[in-house]
Amino acid sequence: MAGTRSPHVKLPPFQLLLDRHSGELFRFLSASVGPVDAEDAFQETFLSALRAYPKLRDASNLRAWLFQIAHRKALDTHRARGRNPIPVEQVPEVAVGAGGEAEPALWRAVRRLPDKQRTAVFLRFAADLDYAQIGEALSCSEPAARQNVRAGLATIRKGWADG
Amino acid sequence: MDRAQAEGLVDVAYTETDSPVGRLLVAVTDRGLVRVSFQRERRDDVLEELAERLSPRVLEAPRRLDEVRRELDQYFLGERTEFDLPLDWSLTSTPFRRKVLERTAQVPYGATISYRDAAEAAGNERAVRAAGTALGANPIPIVVPCHRVLRTGGALGGYGGGPDAKRFLLDLESGRSTVTGR
Repeated sequence: MAGTRSPHVKLPPFQLLLDRHSGELFRFLSASVGPVDAEDAFQETFLSALRAYPKLRDASNLRAWLFQIAHRKALDTHRARGRNPIPVEQVPEVAVGAGGEAEPALWRAVRRLPDKQRTAVFLRFAADLDYAQIGEALSCSEPAARQNVRAGLATIRKGWADG
Repeated sequence: MDRAQAEGLVDVAYTETDSPVGRLLVAVTDRGLVRVSFQRERRDDVLEELAERLSPRVLEAPRRLDEVRRELDQYFLGERTEFDLPLDWSLTSTPFRRKVLERTAQVPYGATISYRDAAEAAGNERAVRAAGTALGANPIPIVVPCHRVLRTGGALGGYGGGPDAKRFLLDLESGRSTVTGR
């Protein structure tokens, strides 16, 4: 048990991390893979995080780390699904962020974005991460994170204008 | 949670349980019961302590505490005079403290010893103050019955759960308890 600990890193009890972030992680996964698969993706995220947790070398941004894992699990889900389109009915019923009502059409637009853009847009506007944190979650640089958000928004606006 | 348990990913499992001396937090590792804390200690502080000293994989997992809760309930109903739980002494850091607490664990239900007795059992009858510190730092109160250690002359002495809790437990064990469990 003690053998796997990293020295000098003070990690909070995993339960507190879970209490703090499970809601937003679940909403993120609902937005990414749809509510039907979100449950499984959440379980996988939880287990993956728990496995890696004691070996973490840096506890300064646990939230971005959790989203990074959730992002990967969402990609796994999309990959496993292959080219099957996501049924339109699988729109999350939860309102995300402080905006009140969920907007199915907007969600569909976000869901159709390329992987990195979708996650970047969600993390920026629903989870309120800054660009540095989004970069950490996506394993890319801060400018690249900013670029992904910008590109995602442009695509959504274009779809909005066309639709 | 089941899969996390099955994969052995939950290093410290805890839950909270009601008792006549207030809400208790109880925690186990693979080795056994490692922590019992009273309401007056903040839950998050206790969890932080467990994360720092044992493993950060601390999770609420009530079912792993079923046996602990059952024995505590029986104890508070006066139906159990001895606990039959494996103990994990990981949170007791020095051999002296461990000796003091192991001696304390042998004090029978309803009986009491003095701080001096506890110090003597640990090999140093003059280390009364150190024995008091060891008992004050008892990570597994109630089950390791530090409430059975009193000042010479019978004064109550301190208690992590507060003097009322100590009085209650002593009364319970002497059959004088006014509260009859739940």
